[in-house]
Amino acid sequence: MSAFSAIGEEREIDRDEYTPGVEPQPTWCPGCGDFGVLKALKQALPEVGRTPEETLLCTGIGCSGKLNSYLDSYGFHTIHGRSLPVARAAKLANPGLEVIAAGGDGDGYGIGGNHFTHTARENHDMTYIVFNNEIFGLTKGQTSPTSPKGHKSKTQPHGSAKEPVKPLSLSLNAGASYVARTAAVNPNQAKEILIEAMEHDGFAHVDFLTQCPTWNKDARQYVPYIDVNDSEDYEFDVTDRVEAAEMMRTTEQALYDGEVLTGRFYVDEERPSYQEEKQAIGEMPEEPLAERYWDDDYEWERSYDRFLDKHA
Amino acid sequence: MTDNELIWRISGGSGDGIASTSQNFAKALMRSGLHVFTHRHYPSRIRGGHTYTEIRARADPVTSRGDGYNFLLALGDSFARNPKEDAVYGNEEIKPLSENLDELREGGVIVYDEGLLDPSDIPDFEERVEANDWHVYPLDLRGLAREQGREVMRNTAGVGATCALIGMDLEHVEDLMSDAMPEKILEPNLEILETAYESVLEEYDADAHDVTVPAGEHEEQQVLLSGSDAISYGAIDEGCRFIAGYPMTPWTEVFTIMTKNLPELGGISEQVEDEIAAAAMAVGASHAGVKAMSGSSGGGFALMSEPLGLAEMTETPVVLVEAMRAGPSTGMPTKPEQSDLEHVLYTSQGDSQRVVLAPGTIEEAYEQSRLAFEIAYEYQIPAILLYDQKLGGEMLNVPKSHFDREPNADLGKTLSEAQLAEQPHTPDGKFHRFQHEADDGVSPRSVPGQKGGRYLATGNEHGPSGHINEDPDNRTAQIDRRLEKLEAIREHLDDLGTQTYMGPEEADYGILTFGSQQGTVAEAVDVLNANGHSVKALGVSDMLPFPTAEVEAFIESVDAVLVVEMTASGQFRGLVQKNLGRYGEKLSSLLKYNGNPFEPAEIVDGFESIVVEGDGLDSSTTTFVPAAGD
Ligand SMILES: Cc1ncc(C[n+]2csc(CCOP(=O)(O)OP(=O)(O)O)c2C)c(N)n1
Ligand code: SF4
Repeated sequence: MSAFSAIGEEREIDRDEYTPGVEPQPTWCPGCGDFGVLKALKQALPEVGRTPEETLLCTGIGCSGKLNSYLDSYGFHTIHGRSLPVARAAKLANPGLEVIAAGGDGDGYGIGGNHFTHTARENHDMTYIVFNNEIFGLTKGQTSPTSPKGHKSKTQPHGSAKEPVKPLSLSLNAGASYVARTAAVNPNQAKEILIEAMEHDGFAHVDFLTQCPTWNKDARQYVPYIDVNDSEDYEFDVTDRVEAAEMMRTTEQALYDGEVLTGRFYVDEERPSYQEEKQAIGEMPEEPLAERYWDDDYEWERSYDRFLDKHA
Repeated sequence: MTDNELIWRISGGSGDGIASTSQNFAKALMRSGLHVFTHRHYPSRIRGGHTYTEIRARADPVTSRGDGYNFLLALGDSFARNPKEDAVYGNEEIKPLSENLDELREGGVIVYDEGLLDPSDIPDFEERVEANDWHVYPLDLRGLAREQGREVMRNTAGVGATCALIGMDLEHVEDLMSDAMPEKILEPNLEILETAYESVLEEYDADAHDVTVPAGEHEEQQVLLSGSDAISYGAIDEGCRFIAGYPMTPWTEVFTIMTKNLPELGGISEQVEDEIAAAAMAVGASHAGVKAMSGSSGGGFALMSEPLGLAEMTETPVVLVEAMRAGPSTGMPTKPEQSDLEHVLYTSQGDSQRVVLAPGTIEEAYEQSRLAFEIAYEYQIPAILLYDQKLGGEMLNVPKSHFDREPNADLGKTLSEAQLAEQPHTPDGKFHRFQHEADDGVSPRSVPGQKGGRYLATGNEHGPSGHINEDPDNRTAQIDRRLEKLEAIREHLDDLGTQTYMGPEEADYGILTFGSQQGTVAEAVDVLNANGHSVKALGVSDMLPFPTAEVEAFIESVDAVLVVEMTASGQFRGLVQKNLGRYGEKLSSLLKYNGNPFEPAEIVDGFESIVVEGDGLDSSTTTFVPAAGD
């Protein structure tokens, strides 16, 4: 028996398997967009063929960070802004796992911004879902990196003087090989995009518009969205960086003007994942590292056999 | 000078090949049957700046750099110069000579490169030479090197001259050069070595001075290792195959050695964006079932405070190494100090607990690197290996057999799928990862991808299945269980006997120390006893959990205790008193924090004036702290 027999297991997966029975019921506010992410993820995972036991969902801190409390898989609820390094190391240690990281816009684009740009740059094979509600939810309504310029809150009483972060452009420029935006108000598109993101072999960043009815009643996420991939008004090639960049720029401006554009904005199937790059240069084993600790036949090398002669 | 020993100092500008030359020469001395110990001194600069390495060699074991030195090889001057008088780096033309003279012993030998250095620039050089009975050998090392090959090879010429002057044949040096150098540069180097050797013998009478190479013999094969080598090999032998880091002196050495070796062993090394990511990645890899480590030095370790607490709360095993340098803030990057002790013990919020081990020697660095992994995985707790720039960079010969132990791939209390099936689960199938009742406080874990092991790891307080839980009874049970591990670890460490006793079993006085000062204290204790004092010493390795009973027994057994450490505020002494709760009146401190480690004589002097005569020291670099109340 393999040490990780849940990995790669082929069977029918019932979406209820991801629903905790006795354990906590969501404590999100009624009408919160986070429910939409949870629902879309539960629908997408079985379709990708991933079981709860081969899935590792790493989250940060915030209302969004509670996601893995309500989705029954392996989970690591880390600390504010740090889901990505935990997740990408787990993926390197055991590439057989389906690794998903998730967190809020404060978590991902603020405190975790450094990890975000570097994980995208390295193109780790994982999916990163950012719950973008343009506000700090859990700490009760402070201005977040994606709040519009002029946004007023108790910590920015005169209105924010800062331009909001443009996550799609940031991600593209940092090197993500799959960049999409979807919205909790549209579960069907969200599910499809999450399926694609998980199936994508590289860093898939999904900026997930989630409404926060409690603290951010003004946000645009409530308005009907347009799917740019379905609309004839927005013809562009998702595999072309220049066209994708232009579309993202338009979209990110339009959002604050009241027009919500969603869909896939950039898809690069060619770029090898970080793991593949590392294996190609001989810096990562072909077999999952984690397996080795369970393999009784594996011969562990001793430092003195290999190295000490150089010191003699 | 007491007995026959060579303490050879090679000095020059960085870029003069001081490090490689001294390593090879140290190895040659080791191969000729001697015990060797090296000490490095270098400034925080990329090019230029005065730097030196000292090699101490004698027939019997050495535990410290000793006091002063007796052979100076003053090499070139490849310094970055700024001719302006008040410039920070100044004109360093004669530094290889002038900067070193204070510590040269009476009767010592000076070889300098007269092609580059001019002693007439040093005021009172002649007088000092005469007063100290120094033997001076000016040699045109640069010219000699230029004739045969290239100027930069003047270090080789210096080694040839050294061998001639101390009566050492070239065999081992030549062997080592042949192993290390490609054909093209080997030829001219060998030429230079031999020419220098012979021309010195022709020109000078080497018997004019008393500095010679001692004779010695090893009973078994030796290897020459640095503390950083020992830590890295300990980690590798213990099955560590994942490291993530961000460069910071002096931790970079371990990071580099691991990075060089791990891919070949099928492991993974990652240089990442910052230290928060580095430690968080070690946590992530360990969570996924791999033996993982990270590390840094003071400033970088400050950033690791967050993931450290996460590892503790989620009970994820992880090893962090902390290579101390002088602080606060960026401090003195290339100078040793032990002042991150409290930082490492107490950083991270809450009743956070970790294990902190501080090896005192290179052998212990290997042992305790293994031990840190063993404990971290056995007890599911972060373990920190605390050492400093001195221990990381110095080299010592160690019997090769010291490393003859089986590799350990054991992940501690991590369950197989078959075992998982037998474990308690919630009605909906979630594994009780954090059971309240667990032996030693350790609740067995599963890793992602295992069937039947699903659970949530969270940095929030959690119930048995891992879910966030703020129930008061659960909170108390969980925190008590996590704390219980430390008691079990204390017993484990007591069984191993990780503290080091030095000197006679019974003595009137005691010295307490920790970490890299241990070897120097050992030598000072020998000198003190030889001088008629009655002194023993204890080198404490376990900083947390602290060996309270053992240290108490030691203090009880003597009349007074001197606590020796490289901090300005007496952090180690504070730790002793915190754990013991009394004995303030019995302890006094000898502190050094000027960027250089103690030399044995300073400890001898400190002991005599503080403990024996009972007064303070007037030196600005060693400080007497009056006993605090209990
Ligand atoms: C280091 C640290 N700083 C601050 C906090 C407090 N904190 C918790 S959640 C949060 C903001 C979360 O906002 P966002 O990421 O947008 O997520 P949301 O709650 O909106 O889903 C903050 C600042 C923390 N837990 N840790
Ligand atoms: S505060 Fe906002 S983001 Fe948080 S649960 Fe409530 S609605 Fe959702």
